[in-house]
Amino acid sequence: MKANLTMSVRKANQNSSVIDIQGEINAFAENTLMDAYTQASSAGARNIILNFNGLEYMNSSGIGLLVTLLIRAKRQNQRLLAFGLTEHYQQIFELTRLNEAIVIYATEAAALAAVS
Amino acid sequence: MNTPSENVDQKRTETAWAPPTPRMKVGEMPAEARNINVDGRQPMSPLQGFGQMWQKTFKVRLSGVDKSPAEVMRVWKENFPSFQPPENRFYPSMAGIKPGEVLLIEAKVPPFAGMPSVLPVSTGVMVLYADDTSFTVMTPEGHPEAGWNTFSVYEEDGVLVAQCQSLCRPNDPLYDFFNRFMGASSQQDKIWIHVLDSVAGHFGVQSQVTTAKILVDPKVQWAYARNIWQNAAIRTMFYLLGAPLRWLRGKSRPRAKA
Repeated sequence: MKANLTMSVRKANQNSSVIDIQGEINAFAENTLMDAYTQASSAGARNIILNFNGLEYMNSSGIGLLVTLLIRAKRQNQRLLAFGLTEHYQQIFELTRLNEAIVIYATEAAALAAVS
Repeated sequence: MNTPSENVDQKRTETAWAPPTPRMKVGEMPAEARNINVDGRQPMSPLQGFGQMWQKTFKVRLSGVDKSPAEVMRVWKENFPSFQPPENRFYPSMAGIKPGEVLLIEAKVPPFAGMPSVLPVSTGVMVLYADDTSFTVMTPEGHPEAGWNTFSVYEEDGVLVAQCQSLCRPNDPLYDFFNRFMGASSQQDKIWIHVLDSVAGHFGVQSQVTTAKILVDPKVQWAYARNIWQNAAIRTMFYLLGAPLRWLRGKSRPRAKA
C-alpha cells in the first residue's frame, strides 16, 4: 500500500518552518513525514510547525509516527507545534496525551506568535 | 459544508477511535479477572513513561492464506485472548475489542531471567483504536510499559502479513531495572512471538516470526520516576498479601437479614 499523503515545507520565518500536511497519516506515511522533517530542519529551523488543515484521516500508527517525530525534534533541540486540527483530532491528541508535548494552536498566526 | 467524501472520513475516524477518556473505565468482567489496577487510571502514551523508548515490530507472513486482511483481523480480534500464552490471560469486556473498551490482564512474570513465570500482575489495556485491519491498545498507569501496541494485517508483495508493533517505554524505574537486567523485555518479546505463531497456526501456516527493534529514545525520563507509586506488580502483590485480612474482615461483618 502507498501513502495517500503529500507534505510541503515552507519557511515561515528565520527560526520556523511549516509542514503542510495533505491526506492521510498512517503507517505508510513514515518516509513522507521524515523527509519533510529533514527538509524543514535543513533550513535551520528551531520550530517545526505542523499544519493539519489538510489532514483527511489519521490512525493510531500515524499518532505513533508523530511521537517518533517529536523525539527526533527534541534531540535536535527543536520545538514541535501544531495548528489546524479539527476538534475530533484535538481530542485524539488529548486522549493519547500528545498534547502534553506538542502544543496545539488554532491558527498558523497563533503558532508563529507563540514562537516569535 | 462537508463534501460526501469528507463525511465518510469523518464517520470513519469517529468510529475507529476511543471516545475522549481521561481515565479508564472497566465494564462488566468475569469474576476471575481482578480489576485492581485499571479502573480510574490514566491512559499512558510512550511520552509519559520512565525508561528508554523502543519500537519493536514482530511480523509473520501468512503465505498461502486466501483471505482478506479484514477477514484475518476479524478472526484475530475474536480469538485475541486464546492466542496469548497461558501465563498471560486476557479478559475482554462483553463488547469485545471495540474502541474505548478495556481488557483486563492476569499475567505471570518470572522473578529472575530464565526462571518460570510465577509472580502475578493484574493489569489491563484500553482499546485506543480499531478498524477493519488493525487495532491498538494503550496501557494504563502502573502497567509494565507505557505506550501502545498495534496489531495489524496487511498485504506485502501479494502475501498477507500479521504484525504486532509496540511503541513503549518501561513505566517506572523498577520495570526499567527488570527490563534491562532481569529479562522482562525478552519475556515480553516472547509473548508477541507466541501471539503471531498462534495467528499463523490458526490459519495452518508455519512461518518464522521476524523481529525488528529500534531504540527511538535512549534517554531515561527521571521526571516520571514517581510512576512507581502506581506499579501494578507491587500493588498486585500487596493485594494478594492482604487476602487473608479481607477474608477475616468479611467473616466478622454482621450478615444482612434476609
